[in-house]
Amino acid sequence: MDEFLARALAGGLGLALVAGPFGCFVVWRRMAYFGDTLAHAALLGVVLGVALDMDFTIGIALLSLAVALLLGLMQRQRQLASDTMLGIISHGALATGLVALALMQDARVNLMGWLLGDILAIGWTDVAVLWGGGVVLLAALAVVWPTLVAMIVDEDLAAVEGHAVARARMVLMVLVALVVAAAMKVVGILLVTALLVIPAATARKFSRTPEHMAVLASVIGALAVALGLAGSWRFDTPSGPSVVVAAVALFVLSQARR
Amino acid sequence: MLCLPSEGTRVVSTLLAVDRVSLTLSGHPVLSDVSLAVETGRIVTIVGPNGAGKSTLVKVALGLMSPDAGTVRRTAGLRVGYVPQRLTVEPALPLSVRRFLAMAAPKADPADMNNALVRVGAGHVLAQQVPELSGGELQRVMLARALLRKPHLLVLDEPVGGVDMAGQAEIYDLIAALAHADGSGVLMVSHDLHVVMAATDEVVCLNRHVCCAGHPEAVSRHPEYLALFGPKVAASLAVYTHVHDHAHLPDGGTVELPHTHGPNCRHG
Repeated sequence: MDEFLARALAGGLGLALVAGPFGCFVVWRRMAYFGDTLAHAALLGVVLGVALDMDFTIGIALLSLAVALLLGLMQRQRQLASDTMLGIISHGALATGLVALALMQDARVNLMGWLLGDILAIGWTDVAVLWGGGVVLLAALAVVWPTLVAMIVDEDLAAVEGHAVARARMVLMVLVALVVAAAMKVVGILLVTALLVIPAATARKFSRTPEHMAVLASVIGALAVALGLAGSWRFDTPSGPSVVVAAVALFVLSQARR
Repeated sequence: MLCLPSEGTRVVSTLLAVDRVSLTLSGHPVLSDVSLAVETGRIVTIVGPNGAGKSTLVKVALGLMSPDAGTVRRTAGLRVGYVPQRLTVEPALPLSVRRFLAMAAPKADPADMNNALVRVGAGHVLAQQVPELSGGELQRVMLARALLRKPHLLVLDEPVGGVDMAGQAEIYDLIAALAHADGSGVLMVSHDLHVVMAATDEVVCLNRHVCCAGHPEAVSRHPEYLALFGPKVAASLAVYTHVHDHAHLPDGGTVELPHTHGPNCRHG
């Protein structure tokens, strides 16, 4: 196996393991559009990276965090539904990012790479950041896990039973923002939430407990990464979309079983 | 500061005191100058028409919403069992009834859980998944879950929604037993007035403000209560305050008693 394929596999598997449990919360709390919004806003993070001449990952992480906090605050207004607000921010950020990149004519940015991901281009440092960061993110998730599960049943009930609901909600938004930032390199802006939502949705049918579903989503995600990269190698197709196609195929297979 | 009585004693003490609370939501006054108190072993029922602010008052009492004015005091260390008005568990969440119960009372063992379910007439659902339960079953499981917490204060928002008629009476009996035998305080919202009237110690008639409050019979005669529900509805709801005009003899016959005027008397 070529080394760049080994790097891609190592990075993709690390991401799949982290995406599993977080993807479950995206499904349970109906945050898929929230994930998309973060991903679209991340293009502005790339612009920020170019403009300030700093690492793209830092720019993306900063912008995702800012958007997550902004959305958390905006949920307090009730005039417009939250998916309307997400729609405005999501497409506003994507369009602004595309316009800004077009204006920076000297910037050498591989736009297709950002939109669709380029896992074959990641280095060992990226792999190390993915695994190290992933462990930290999962550890943080484990701390607020009981509260988050209680909140999915009912937020008022969780609060009455002594859970710190507001804090856990904010922690989840920030963690999901960081996962989205990490996932961008692998599957790209347009397909980031696919890696969160599809394995978790596939795992639902075979799960009896929330924890079971989280672990199973990681395993299914890892399988999709392996299959997708193999397909990408064999048929010379783009890596990010190939991984998502593999995930969708696994989902369809799972639905065929009664 | 309110204090909990020490275990075993049956001294009546105030568990929850809502004092002159007002709340405005997006420009509309929802509660104005509302007061109520729940003591150990007492059942307080909030009645009122739709939009009267009943559920909002419950949320304020539980500390889930902050009032604009007034105070809410809960006893320090108060353990609350809460049954919200409607619970829709996300179907994508795999959750067994066992786990659902354990979330409310982590220290409860399987026997406790089974007992609580049997008490509410849902002994057969322990191994089922929560999304598979019917509305009535879920309501009973919610109640079992609240009981498992061995609450000082039980807060029930429309506790019999989706429960069949026979089951409703059972559940109200259970709630009454809980208050009167275990000494828990109960704060309940209901529009099933005629059943609740018999099972409650105090009624608070709410229509954004407290129209009237007190003993169920007194409230059902109160002019503001009659104005709110209309004399016809109020009369049909007050049937539980029936008046004994005869007594039974050992041989099965009856003897007339001197007539006392009841709330529904239209004569004399």
